[in-house]
Parts: sequence; C-alpha cells; structure tokens
Amino acid sequence: ASQNTGITVQNMATLKDITKRLKSTKNIQKIIKSMKMVAAAKYARAERELKPARVYGIGSLVLYEKADIKVPEEKKKHLLIGVSSDRRLCGAIHFSVAKQMKSEVATFTVAGKEIMIVGIGNKVRGILHRTHSDQFLVTFKEVGRKPPTFGDASVIALELLHSGYEFDEVSIIFNRFRSVISYKTEEKPIFSLNTIASASSMSIYSDIDADVLQNCQEYNLANIIYYSLKESTTSEQSARMTAMDNTSKNASEMIDKLTQTFNCTRQAIITKELIEIISGAAKKLLLHCLNY
Amino acid sequence: TLWGGRRGRHAACRLVRQASAYAEAAMSFTFASPTQVFFKGANVWQVDVPTLTGAFSILAAHVPTLQVLRPGRVMVHAEDGTTTKYFVSSGSLTVNAESSLQLLAEEAVTPDMLDLGAAKANLEKAQAARAEKQIRTEANEALAKALE
Repeated sequence: ASQNTGITVQNMATLKDITKRLKSTKNIQKIIKSMKMVAAAKYARAERELKPARVYGIGSLVLYEKADIKVPEEKKKHLLIGVSSDRRLCGAIHFSVAKQMKSEVATFTVAGKEIMIVGIGNKVRGILHRTHSDQFLVTFKEVGRKPPTFGDASVIALELLHSGYEFDEVSIIFNRFRSVISYKTEEKPIFSLNTIASASSMSIYSDIDADVLQNCQEYNLANIIYYSLKESTTSEQSARMTAMDNTSKNASEMIDKLTQTFNCTRQAIITKELIEIISGAAKKLLLHCLNY
Repeated sequence: TLWGGRRGRHAACRLVRQASAYAEAAMSFTFASPTQVFFKGANVWQVDVPTLTGAFSILAAHVPTLQVLRPGRVMVHAEDGTTTKYFVSSGSLTVNAESSLQLLAEEAVTPDMLDLGAAKANLEKAQAARAEKQIRTEANEALAKALE
C-alpha cells in the first residue's frame, strides 16, 4: 500500500508541475500576443510615415544617379554607419546589419583603407563590441522607442561632421522595407564633398560654388540618414510582429502538448487508483472466500 | 533669372507664362519635405524658389544647377494653369539636365497653416534682440579699440 502511495504521490507532483507549466505558458502567450498588437500598431504608423520619407529620400539620391558619381579608388578614410535600434525580439534585424558591417570592415581592412564604424542603436554595438570596439567612432542610443524624426537625423549628421574624423566616404547599412514579411539589408553610399566636386559629370551644373556644394552635401547626409532610419524602423516593427506571431503559434503548440500530457497523466492516476481499489477489493473477497 | 520686387515678378510671370504657352514644355517636378509629399514627378510649367543667391524662376530647359533654399515663398505653376503657394524654411533645389526638378525642403507648409499675428510678434521680438546684440557688439568693439 505504501508503495502504491509512493507512486501516487509522484504522479500528483508531476500533475502539479504540468499545471504550473501550463499556467506560465498561457501567461507568456498573452504577453506575446499583446507585444504583437503593439508592434502591429507601430508598424502601421511607421509604414504610413515611410511613404513621404521614401519620396524625399529617393529625391535626395537623384543627384548621385544623374551625375553618375563613382567613388575614386585612392580614397582612404571611410565611415560606415549601421542602422539598428535598442530593442530586442525583432528577429534577425540587428544581426543582418552587423553581419554586413563585419564583411565590409574586413574588405576595407584587407585593401589597406582606414575605416571607422558608427552605430545607430545599442544592439549593433553589442554585437560588434567584442571584435571591433576600437573602430567605433560613436554610437547613438535611445533609438527605437519613438518614431525617428528629421531632427534625429540632423543630430546624427551634425555629430558625424563635428566628430573630428575627416572621412572621405560614407556608407550606410540599413534594412530596407520590402513587405510585411520581408526586408533586405542594403548599403547606400553618401559621397563626400571632394568626390562630388571632382566628378567630371558635375561640370554641367552651373552656378555652384564651394559653399553651396558643402551646404547641399551636409543636408544630403541628414536626408539619407533620415531615409534609412525610416526604412529601418518599418522593417524592425514588421519583423517584430512576425517574430511575435511565430512565437505565439509555438506557444499555442506547447500549450496543446502540455494539455495532452496533463490529461494523459490525470487518466493514468485515475486508472492506477481504480486498479488499487479493484485489487484491494479482490484480495478481500478472496480472503473472505478462503475463510469459508 | 533674378526678378526685382514683387510687382516685377508678377509682371514677368505673366509674360513668362505667355511665352511658356508657346514653348509647351513641362518639367518633372518633385517637391517633398521629410513628412509630406507635395508633388511627385508632376508636370509643371514654372516654379519660383527663394535661394541664397536670389529668387529664381525655373522653367523647362533651365540650365542644370544646385541651389540652397532660404526661408521664403515657393510658387508652383502647374500644367493645368493653377498656381499654388508654399512657404519653405530651408533645403535644396536640384535642376537636372533632362528638365527634372527636385525641391527638398526641411519644412514646407501651405499659407493657411501659418498665423500672420504670431509671425509679426516673433519678428518684433527678434528685431529687439538683434538691436540689443548690435549695441553690445559696438560697445565692446569701442572698448577693445580704446584699450589697444
């Protein structure tokens, strides 16, 4: 009997464990679902704001296309900006930017050119910190909580221009938004003052003096940073939405499995108890008959 | 092309519009701020912009140029004859070789978004501050000169 009780106690403990796990998984699923709702709302706003930002950003890049400006080979000092954010649980957003940055840095270092990194958002700094900490020029924090504005882009551009690092070329790596379920990590160049001024195709533009060109260049830097921020945040919110959706589905599966296990265990306990009762009753009956 | 004064500009605009009716060339015009798109590849006859080197009236076949905007009024004369006014704070203007125009403004609003009273009050405050600064500059200059 004590042996039976031992087994029964073990089963009851397992049942309690399962109940606990079930409860916590259900709670987590609620949290994940609410995170998904929040991400969906933020995504809707980000996508809305992306539309004019795209026209604006593409308008800023038109000059580079029309004038067909290419980076000359002897340019030495490069600046690489990686756009991510401070917030986690958004899939491979930060990692894909960091991965591309790593390969770019490697390419430039092999070619003997000097390259410094700028991180917009803590996450990319976190990923690259161990291997590239001495190449970080500056990192921008508090990214991702509120939608980016042109003011933010201006602050970043100003900081880069006054950083003391006289870069020849700038490249910016960001996640371009394609659709709710897909984004693409891309790199856009921002040509420096010298490159543009010395490009032969620029001679068709009249009435340009150094001041105007510098003014336009600095403005363009802010414009392209703004554009990449807008694309990046839309990609991030949609990725977070997708990630939370998948996690919520996984949690549902877990809950189903746990519920099944719970029911099986419960039935096993009931069966054991019945067997006990029956075997106990059968024993009694046997003894009773033998006595007679 | 520089037009002297508002009257001159209006008169010249009328003439120019007549001329452009004969020219029959429209430009592809993109006008946007970071938060709003006003024109995207639209066909327009003429755009008047305020730049650091003066007020420009851009027509089709204008020579390619890059300009920096100063605060002022932008007038867009569309293909259908309508004229719309905007106020821009700053930004850049790019005129490309095949008659396409990109006007990127840091902030651009239609006149109905602006309050004349508030603008005048701000102007008075700014002028007072400028007067103060000038007095201080002159006083310090005189001091420095006297002590040399």
